[in-house]
Amino acid sequence: MTEWLNVILQGVLIGGLYAMFAAGLSLIFGVMRLVNIAHGDLIVLAAYVALMVTQTLGLDPLTSLLLVVPAMAIIGYALQRLLLNRTLGDDLLPPLLVTFGLSIIIQNGLLELFTADSRKLQAGAVETMTYQIGTGIWIGLLPFIQFAVAVAVIAALQVLFYRTALGRAFRATSDDQSVAQLMGLDTRHVFAMAMALSLAVVAIAGVFLAVRSNFDPAIGPARLIFGFEAVIIGGLGSMWGTLAGGVILGVSQAIGAQIDPGWQLLAGHIVFLVILAVRPQGLFPKVSG
Amino acid sequence: MSEQGRYRVEHATRSSRIGVGIIGIALLVLVLAPFWGDRQMLRLLAELLTFVALASLWNLLAGYAGLVSVGQQAFVGLGGYLLFAMVILGGVHPIAAIFIAGPIAAAVSIPVAALTFRLRGAYFAIGTWVVAEVFRLLASQVSVLGGGSGISLPAAAVIAMAPTRQAREFEIYWLALALTVLVLAAIVILLRSRHGLALTAIRDNELAAQSNGIGVTRVKLIVYVLTAFGTAMIGALIFLMKLRISPDTAFSVNDWTAFVIFITVIGGIGRIEGPIIGTIIFFFMRQTLSDLGSLYLLIMGAVAIVVMLWAPKGLWGLIAERYGWQALPLQRHLVFDNAARRAGDK
Repeated sequence: MTEWLNVILQGVLIGGLYAMFAAGLSLIFGVMRLVNIAHGDLIVLAAYVALMVTQTLGLDPLTSLLLVVPAMAIIGYALQRLLLNRTLGDDLLPPLLVTFGLSIIIQNGLLELFTADSRKLQAGAVETMTYQIGTGIWIGLLPFIQFAVAVAVIAALQVLFYRTALGRAFRATSDDQSVAQLMGLDTRHVFAMAMALSLAVVAIAGVFLAVRSNFDPAIGPARLIFGFEAVIIGGLGSMWGTLAGGVILGVSQAIGAQIDPGWQLLAGHIVFLVILAVRPQGLFPKVSG
Repeated sequence: MSEQGRYRVEHATRSSRIGVGIIGIALLVLVLAPFWGDRQMLRLLAELLTFVALASLWNLLAGYAGLVSVGQQAFVGLGGYLLFAMVILGGVHPIAAIFIAGPIAAAVSIPVAALTFRLRGAYFAIGTWVVAEVFRLLASQVSVLGGGSGISLPAAAVIAMAPTRQAREFEIYWLALALTVLVLAAIVILLRSRHGLALTAIRDNELAAQSNGIGVTRVKLIVYVLTAFGTAMIGALIFLMKLRISPDTAFSVNDWTAFVIFITVIGGIGRIEGPIIGTIIFFFMRQTLSDLGSLYLLIMGAVAIVVMLWAPKGLWGLIAERYGWQALPLQRHLVFDNAARRAGDK
């Protein structure tokens, strides 16, 4: 019994990481109906940026966030302003294919620069510290921090969306782009800010991913799929939904892995497909896709 | 179709008559390839032909039906695995297995469509990818077919195809040519049919097509199932040529989707000529740039982005719009008999 409780707890905590993968994806889809196929590769890019920062400056991975987050946000702003804004329109092919091309460029660029070797960020003692929270139930400090950060990130996005001027601009462009433009909003800037914010979240997700497990240039697409599954499970357009989606995905994978190591990923995908079949609008839907 | 002989619909134009002539000559040259090309040339041509077929099928799906899938590797791999399963476990002749793999994959694609069609636009794309991942993970669970590390086709089954290596190579090459021609012919026939008119309407404006009484979802489902049929047959052929299969090669998103999308976008999406032109460019780039390793893929991604942004209709789109050419008689032209003007001839 306690064994299963531990498994579920680990699943919940990893779900926080998946929720962070999902939040950035959900954010830009909400604002500009763009699905970024390169999202997973950008998470891996953030992990490599953190690797360079920690190696050259000797910083702790968590402290490196102070540099990685702004760096990724700037990349996001530039990417949207220079490239992705050109693809937006009625036709869904250009954004899809351009981000697909971007995904190939990032993967192979990283391969060229860093080789296919597995890397990991070392966070020191934090990594191994655990606390007993019940008889036979243990919680690791790092997974706990990661989950707490995920909740904080999603709460912050929620506040930003509904309590700030930028959030109002996001919602306005999401509702009706041309009316927002008529009201004096520069939608190109609004979109770029949304992408900057998305990649700021990606940066946090990338650093936690890199501390938690090994990474190499090829693992991006799988992260995209996890994020996407969390978005659909939770329901499109709902920020807290992505957290629920991430947790459900994480728990399914953990339970699958406990039954048979080969079933870890498969269990997550199957739960996703079942939810798609039974409740295609997701568990906590807000907008129709 | 004509009302009192005053007008009729024509497909052919002068450029399409020239196009059909050129295609006829090219076909003749390709049929005779075993007599003028060496072994390496035959392999390259067979591979090129399979990519023409895969890209044409993806073009039908994404370019005409608007179903942008990044998960067609699901059906390439399924076809490959079906062939290996039939040959190894059932003792079926490999060539028969190719033709059985098609209908099985088509049957599998129906429940897949029932799920993925719930997702719209770009989310559909990623949904198809998840399905391909599920197929890959399931394939690695099948231990009789080698599990995660894959399996080779038994030598006995290969020798049973033809006694000598050369005869086998000729056979496989002609098979690749025949299947590709079959796939292309099926697409042309489909596009010239009533469904083809509906598809072209959906390509141009889905909403307008729907309001003119086209059952958009039904047409899309038909195209999805037919594409799975063809893709699985080509997949089976590809792995019969490779003689070895593993989950990672069978369900590779790079090999069977990224390259195929690149080919279609460069050549011209939504036009039947696009994938053919695109495949030739892709193979030319690959032969000249493959020494660069991962840089070559990086260049490919960049070229695809540039084309998508500045020439979204691809190379053939540029030519077709500039000169009004079509290599195959697909467009419909209204021809008035009393006015001596031939609307189609430009």
